[in-house]
Amino acid sequence: MGFLEALGRLDRRWIFLLIAVSVTIPLLLQRPAPVKPSPIVRNLYTAIDALPPGSKLLLSLDYGPSTVPENDPMAHAIARHALSKDLKLYVMTIWATGPPLITNLFETVIVPGFPGKTYGEDYLNLGYKVGNQGLIQSLTSDFRNQYTQDVGWGDIAARPVGQIPMMSTIRTIKDFDFIAGIGSGQPGLKEWVQFAGDPTGTPVGGGVTAVEAPLLYPYYPTQLVGLLGGLAGAAEYEALLVENHPEFGEAAQVALIRMFPQTVAHLVIVSFVLLGNISYFAQRGRRRK
Amino acid sequence: MDWSTVQLWVGALLTLMIFSFLYKDNPFYKFAEHLFVGVSAAYWMVQGFWQQIVPNLLAKLAPGSFENIIEAARGQQPELVYIIPLILGLILLTRLIPSIAWFSRWSMAFIIGYTAGSNLTRYLVSDFIKQVEKTLALPLVATHADNWLQWIMYSVSNLVVFGGVICGLIYFYFSKEHTGAFGRASRAGIWVLMVAFGASFGYTVMARISLLIGRLEFLGSWIRSFI
Repeated sequence: MGFLEALGRLDRRWIFLLIAVSVTIPLLLQRPAPVKPSPIVRNLYTAIDALPPGSKLLLSLDYGPSTVPENDPMAHAIARHALSKDLKLYVMTIWATGPPLITNLFETVIVPGFPGKTYGEDYLNLGYKVGNQGLIQSLTSDFRNQYTQDVGWGDIAARPVGQIPMMSTIRTIKDFDFIAGIGSGQPGLKEWVQFAGDPTGTPVGGGVTAVEAPLLYPYYPTQLVGLLGGLAGAAEYEALLVENHPEFGEAAQVALIRMFPQTVAHLVIVSFVLLGNISYFAQRGRRRK
Repeated sequence: MDWSTVQLWVGALLTLMIFSFLYKDNPFYKFAEHLFVGVSAAYWMVQGFWQQIVPNLLAKLAPGSFENIIEAARGQQPELVYIIPLILGLILLTRLIPSIAWFSRWSMAFIIGYTAGSNLTRYLVSDFIKQVEKTLALPLVATHADNWLQWIMYSVSNLVVFGGVICGLIYFYFSKEHTGAFGRASRAGIWVLMVAFGASFGYTVMARISLLIGRLEFLGSWIRSFI
């Protein structure tokens, strides 16, 4: 049995092992990958950057723990960007798995990174509500009917929306200046475009897992201001953020550091695809002889 | 041993149990899989109850009884209109009693009717009308660019979108035989579809590697906790 035939019959577990090694070694180096922001990511960054201080940004974390490595860097980068621009940040989720992710965002990004910001005045936790796209649709006519109170955070107890300064001007989804959805499936960013952005005209942008990204591209640029597609999209946004806000340092380079093992793993996969094809055509050629 | 260390060990061991499937199916993998399904179902139920049923149904029907749990219910009057969703919700549970299970169809009819109605309009507008409108409004030659190279790239991009949509539509048009120029356009349509599938596959690979990176980072933090 020749080399090419042996390659064609390679036990897939060797491939798993090689992928694990190709991810682990670059990960240990903790080196950020060089990334050039694409227009679709740059547009999202520019749109949020152009919002005047005090503008209201609704950030919906519609994903679960299974896609945290892809989605968390997007959510964290947008939250950092919004608060650094003195925007009012409203965080919510339409996924039941979202509440711990909001807590994590507050604990790891907002509280340590923005000690001058106050809960209820600069950022707010609206928590989770069921209803999927039905919920989004109802928010276009009456926000307060669904969100009668916030969820609170840490030692801060939940309060009726009437007592929260940030909620004084919010009646419907149209009162927000920007909707940023971070999603990994249905309901997610697609539903924010369909049920909030398109009917009300409120600008919508955000990020989704790489699996979902091809489904969102047709909405860009008219229905979707910009899109972060998977880890690469998150890394591009981080690159722009770090370029303009070097004070965030390494904490804001999570996706950039993950892109290095990602790149090496992709090279290994591409090599296997090429070798697999060479093996296939070589064997077919021999059979024909 | 503090609580966060226990969490770290449970998470790490469950991750390793799931990864063990890469070698072959085994009881550890099965255990982790079943545990995940059970915990997820319970988690979704508890979240739905405390985040929606209590504040948005029970606290509106009987605010006085829930004002210690839901601050927004304090001083509010009962809203009796919420009896309708309460009844619809309760009769949905009749599926558990076979002799009267047919009652649940009323609630299902309401859910399906509402969802189908709202989705139909939104999908029609966002995924059809606006997409057609955008494609028709696409200039074949770029109208603005910073330099000539960008102009060429934008124009080629617009032509690819326009040609791709036309050829893709022709591929799915079955009332005329796919021969001659029509057949060549149809074959180009297949290429467009294949490129789209390839892009989707590439993105899927990126997604899966990202998740692997996340898990390996987690296992790294677990290993660092005891060395």
